[in-house]
Amino acid sequence: MLERIVYNLLQVFVVVAFAPLVEGVTSRLKEIIQSKRGPSIFQPYRDIWKLLHKDEIVSEQSSWIFRAAPYVAFTAPVFVALLIPVLTRYPLFFAFMGDMLGGGFVLALGGFFAALAAVDTANPYGPMGASRTRMVGFLAEPVFIIVFLTVSFVAGSTIPYIVQTRWVTPIANFFEPSHVLLMIAFLMLILAEDGRIPVDSPSGQFELAMIERSKSLEYSGRGAALMKWAGAMKLFVLIIIFLNVLVTPWGLAEGMGLGEVLLAIPLVLLKVLGFVLVLVYIESSLAKLRLFRITEFLGAAFVISVVAMITRLSGV
Amino acid sequence: MTSASFPVISALDALTGALFLLTALGVVATRQVLASLQLFILQSLLLALSAVLLGIGLGSPHLLAVAAITIATKTLMIPWLLRHTVSAEVYRTREIERVLNIPSSLLISAVLIMVAYAVANPLLNAVDVPFAQVNLPLGIAAMFLGAFTIAVRREAVPQLLGLLAVENGVFFAGIAIVPNLPVIAELAAAVDVPVITLVIGLLTRQIHRRLGTTSVGRLAALREE
Repeated sequence: MLERIVYNLLQVFVVVAFAPLVEGVTSRLKEIIQSKRGPSIFQPYRDIWKLLHKDEIVSEQSSWIFRAAPYVAFTAPVFVALLIPVLTRYPLFFAFMGDMLGGGFVLALGGFFAALAAVDTANPYGPMGASRTRMVGFLAEPVFIIVFLTVSFVAGSTIPYIVQTRWVTPIANFFEPSHVLLMIAFLMLILAEDGRIPVDSPSGQFELAMIERSKSLEYSGRGAALMKWAGAMKLFVLIIIFLNVLVTPWGLAEGMGLGEVLLAIPLVLLKVLGFVLVLVYIESSLAKLRLFRITEFLGAAFVISVVAMITRLSGV
Repeated sequence: MTSASFPVISALDALTGALFLLTALGVVATRQVLASLQLFILQSLLLALSAVLLGIGLGSPHLLAVAAITIATKTLMIPWLLRHTVSAEVYRTREIERVLNIPSSLLISAVLIMVAYAVANPLLNAVDVPFAQVNLPLGIAAMFLGAFTIAVRREAVPQLLGLLAVENGVFFAGIAIVPNLPVIAELAAAVDVPVITLVIGLLTRQIHRRLGTTSVGRLAALREE
């Protein structure tokens, strides 16, 4: 029992500690592809450290929501990390506290508070980014619902630990059409949810074109550090759900030994690196879509997930 | 004999089928003419792959011949013909004007796929062939999507590709239901399809030369000169 609690906290630690690294590796790889040298992969850590030591300036006109939002946004992925299989194959202590839908709600709560905080300061760019995020959000919502519905219908459960084994035992299940289609739809969702190209440009500095990033423009000091960290953790958590539940539930600890669980950390990070390579490939080879073309992108994701559901329900 | 007796081959066939359907969706939805041609080539390759898998699974050499014919005509000959009959300018165009916008045509495609499954289900009870579980509904769905492409597109070349996608869908369903079709029938189809392509390609070339555009969707009204 005690071990399960300890491992659960270890999962949270892994998510908190390695999320900025993923962001650093992603941006470094992108720069290398563009024939530049790029910042060190530890640059996000330095940024966060620097921001934590700076003064925080909060507008007098803003309400408590503006002050609370970074903490809510930071806590949401940490909380989700308790529920999902990061390192182990067997459910840990807090795993039954919430299912995948619960995790989705908690992640959405963080996004909701960030959007409210962006509106709160009345900075002209904040509300614009917030409304755009909501637009992407409500287009992504049906895809999320259908993906979750299909996944839990297949496994007969909404607990991610039970879902993950269903797709790979036997290995022929991996090639089921519905599984492949779901993977594609979920990948498109991650791109949309995290504001990646082709939906949004994460490194863009032009406020009028921002979707995701403009929500945290008003933050400084500790607030900015937490928002940045929260963004990195959200991506990390989504990647972990994608890899460990949907695509490759291998390399996770089977037994209760501490050694096995610790060994799972580098294996999981290796899988994440593989995902990052795919992400960098996508980001480097596509252009950002115009705002109203995002409907087409997410419409395609929706149709793919519906097709996955149909092929599943009709027993192929 | 059921498809459960060779799980790996049927799983791979199902995967091929899923990707086949995705390319059919892509032919409906892509804007660039060149991209839809490339998607069609990919779709034909997947059809050939499925034929090879079924040929191995059912021990039928006919299907390997079908795969060879498909690769020869649809991935090599038809693209070559289209490249040479229709001017290169057409491939650079983007189709801005469609009958329906892309999200709604994708949603209609989803409905069409559901209809295809509904149609295929009673048929599946009648044919007791392994692999038909996968190939029949997906083939019918690809057929519907091809027909829908012809309806929703206004450019000549994507419309032709829709027609060819219908043909691909028929083959995809057919190789599962009748694995031992005489090769002569396949050869006849293999000759027919390039001829259709050639005729439509030449027609498109004429239209393009006369009007400077290939948006055949605008040619519905008569105009006296």
